Amino acid sequence: MSLQYDNDGALHAKLIEDVLARYPDKTAKRRKKHLGVARSGEAPGEDGTVVSECEVKSNIKSIPGVMTIRGCAYAGSKGVVWGPVKDMVHISHGPVGCGHYSWSQRRNYYVGTTGIDTFGTMQFTSDFQEKDIVFGGDKKLERIIDEIEGLFPLNNGMTVQSECPIGLIGDDTEAVSRKKAKEHDKTIVPVRCEGFRGVSQSLGHHIANDAIRDWVFDKKEIAFEAGAHDVNVIGDYNIGGDAWASRILLEEIGLRVVGNWSGDATLAEIERAPKARLNLIHCYRSMNYICRHMEEKYGIAWMEYNFFGPSQIEASLRKIARHFGPEIEARTEAVIAKYRPLVDAVVAKYRPRLEGNTVMLYVGGLRPRHVVTAYEDLGMVIVGTGYEFAHNDDYQRTGHYVRNGTLIYDDVTGYELEKFIEGVRPNLVGSGIKEKYPVQKMGIPFRQMHSWDYSGPYHGYDGFAIFARDLDLAINNPVWDLFDAPWRERPRRRAIAAE
Amino acid sequence: MPQSAEKVLDHAPLFREPEYRRMLAHKKLNFECPHPDQLVSDQREFTKSWEYRELNLAREALVVNPAKACQPLGAVFAAAGFERTMSFVHGSQGCVAYYRSHLSRHFKEPASAVSSSMTEDAAVFGGLKNMVDGLANTYQLYDPKMIAVSTTCMAEVIGDDLRSFIENARDENAVPRDFDVPFAHTPAFVGSHVDGYDGMVKGIVEHFWKDRQRSAAKGTINIIPGFDGFCVGNNRELKRLLDLMGVSYSFIQDASDQFDTPSDGEYRMYDGGTRIEDVKAALNAEATLSLQYYNTRKTLDYCQEVGQETAAFHYPLGVQATDELLMKVSALSGKEIPEAIRLERGRLVDAMADSQSWLHGKKYAIYGDPDFVYAMARFVMETGGEPSHCLATNGSSAWQAELQELLDASPFGADAQVWAGKDLWALRSLLFTEPVDLLIGNSYGKYLERDTGTPLVRLMFPIFDRHHHHRFALMGYQGGLRVLTTILDKIFDKLDRDTGETGVTDYSYDLTR
Repeated sequence: MSLQYDNDGALHAKLIEDVLARYPDKTAKRRKKHLGVARSGEAPGEDGTVVSECEVKSNIKSIPGVMTIRGCAYAGSKGVVWGPVKDMVHISHGPVGCGHYSWSQRRNYYVGTTGIDTFGTMQFTSDFQEKDIVFGGDKKLERIIDEIEGLFPLNNGMTVQSECPIGLIGDDTEAVSRKKAKEHDKTIVPVRCEGFRGVSQSLGHHIANDAIRDWVFDKKEIAFEAGAHDVNVIGDYNIGGDAWASRILLEEIGLRVVGNWSGDATLAEIERAPKARLNLIHCYRSMNYICRHMEEKYGIAWMEYNFFGPSQIEASLRKIARHFGPEIEARTEAVIAKYRPLVDAVVAKYRPRLEGNTVMLYVGGLRPRHVVTAYEDLGMVIVGTGYEFAHNDDYQRTGHYVRNGTLIYDDVTGYELEKFIEGVRPNLVGSGIKEKYPVQKMGIPFRQMHSWDYSGPYHGYDGFAIFARDLDLAINNPVWDLFDAPWRERPRRRAIAAE
Repeated sequence: MPQSAEKVLDHAPLFREPEYRRMLAHKKLNFECPHPDQLVSDQREFTKSWEYRELNLAREALVVNPAKACQPLGAVFAAAGFERTMSFVHGSQGCVAYYRSHLSRHFKEPASAVSSSMTEDAAVFGGLKNMVDGLANTYQLYDPKMIAVSTTCMAEVIGDDLRSFIENARDENAVPRDFDVPFAHTPAFVGSHVDGYDGMVKGIVEHFWKDRQRSAAKGTINIIPGFDGFCVGNNRELKRLLDLMGVSYSFIQDASDQFDTPSDGEYRMYDGGTRIEDVKAALNAEATLSLQYYNTRKTLDYCQEVGQETAAFHYPLGVQATDELLMKVSALSGKEIPEAIRLERGRLVDAMADSQSWLHGKKYAIYGDPDFVYAMARFVMETGGEPSHCLATNGSSAWQAELQELLDASPFGADAQVWAGKDLWALRSLLFTEPVDLLIGNSYGKYLERDTGTPLVRLMFPIFDRHHHHRFALMGYQGGLRVLTTILDKIFDKLDRDTGETGVTDYSYDLTR
């Protein structure tokens, strides 16, 4: 179902030139490296080969004062990697705000009795006061851990998610964690994810991965009967139920999902992971570190896959099946065949309503490339894409997805994104909550691509139907035609970015 | 196969389909290592007990589900209420992403702010360079009339000094010498968002008023609204009342247009807000009124220092609180309260009389910011309700004492308890052990509604899971009508649900109530 198209590279190059002209010289020089136009690779088109090259600099400090859309290391650890582990209590250690703003906002679905045996949609904080900054917070942290044990005795462990001040005042959360873990016979994981570390959420992912390696793996005897078809799903945070819509497929083709990291996960699922045969990694950016570690230490192979949209789902299922041999391959073909009528019906219903619509994306560490083909499966065209916190290897992988001439923007600023949108005038923008309302006010349909705009799942075949329906309802809503008051003699052209 | 193109199932029904229920049960049993069901249900029951409540209220260090945010959020909200003002938050950048998201999720509107994006090197060497470069970039890119600087806790811990940093930035021509860059230090480890609001408003008026001579303008009044998620509805309603009275007034901080821009194809990064000329002129006002005392304590002190009379209210809504506000405005301005407003008042009282039988004796738990809780407790008592639990995580002992005084003055406050500094996990225990009919708060209260079955009325920031409520006023007599109707709807909806079972309870499913 893959589409063949080129984007208007000349227009995109001009847009880049225009936004750079607005910056002070020093800033323009720095921003220039993060903006680019994808150009054709050596062997475009075929599956698995590079269709274009995206050469922009990435994973570099954001420039002060430009309105970066990025978050911080704490967001990467507490918000992304650790927060979804449902049977552990995650302490936002420091002042009250970080835990407050990230409370219940990522939609990592889970099943459990919240406040009793699961703690996902709760905000545990040490609510630092001035005296804690002055005298240190270690004593307070000890007391907090004790109080959690008293009030939430069915917790299966805790993490201490350090906020900015912790690292600055020199608290020893490791010592406290070690001491209290012994005392309560619980897993307690200190995570040094202070928000000033690194340049974005990304270092927080890495630190969180390292904390799993250092504070969870090989700490207890794990009684678990390993099987030949055991896999871990790594980097699926079960947003709107994504991991469930994926798991059902993996089970159908005959695999056993031992651990899901970290959406709807329990600590046990993380502890057992080293016993599995294969790590399937969806969000490469946030969890490749631990996959590499498990490969080195336990000899577990890892494989990237993509469950957005039928083309990628089919390709991924087949790739996964090949790893396990003919029996699983045969079951996989049966599963693909089983879902084919659903896919055909979804495409038949929605493609005519979406065909040819152009899309600009700006998301986190995986979706700016992973979702591209899902749009194309519905006949839509990706004209621009970019990442908040990607590294060079992400942009290399992006070349496998985007077409010649696609506008590429790394760590885009508020100003650039608005100007690009104004210049390109796409039919749909997929980005985050901070971008949603400015774009909609310009008269352009929008879907949040972090939270699935309170919808989802978008993974798997079941999710694809929801994805297609959501794009349709965004683009084809009558409200976009009501923007101009009919009594104005010359209705203004839509999409005017703020100055 | 549960999913189909004809009828696309969303997450809620999809995962209740048999395939998924089987899958999830299997996952739990084989991979999650769950606690035995009995243990879970025993613990769940235990959390409903008085014994658990004692443990819960005895906490000294742990805070669970607090109903407060941190100072810089208040500063960013405050800055949004001034003409073409960009918030510049000095410190780590993730914080700014959080404030913007938080405000957008409530208002369903853009929320702009920039960060100085300090990282590890800035932690070691200080963030001066970030400030200088950042101000230059912001000035150039976003064409603000003013840049309002606040701080994250990182910048506070390392001790960056905003006054000298901003001076340095001017020296390095980051912004023109006469460009306005007011500032406020807003440490997240002191107070809450209401204090950040206070700090930033004070920072802005001080920036424009210091070293200037005051020449009192008879009868003109400044109004400071305070941190208010309902500013869109409230500020416009108050202006309507003041216009009806013919009063000369000026809002100091007014985000009602900024957080309610129209959709007509143009994205307005800045809209409305107090004009800088008006902030300057406000020095000469006869008096400054705060609509939320606990949001404006330092600002009011400063207003007194410059020679203004001040008066403070607690989120004036309902009958008597609105009466007091209007009478104070009348006394200060010399303008009479017109007959039209007296009629409005009468209409609110009329509505309360019509509905009194449904409200008399109803018990409430109210939580939120200190002034809001005070206001709601007062209004609830005006309707014959009893505010059984009044909780403000960011409430001080002074607030507790003041609210207690209000409660003591009414028979409807006789059994009320005031909980300063407690969080929503404490409130959970209170609701189990001393239940109430209604819970008044914000979206976070939905977890309490789920766990305790207490119907939640969303009347305070933030409201994420219901749309557009903040567009309607809560303050004034008109706002009182809105609050009254919202509470009544909740009561009637619950009554209909409770009496809706065919052939069992529906004898009480009355058509007229």
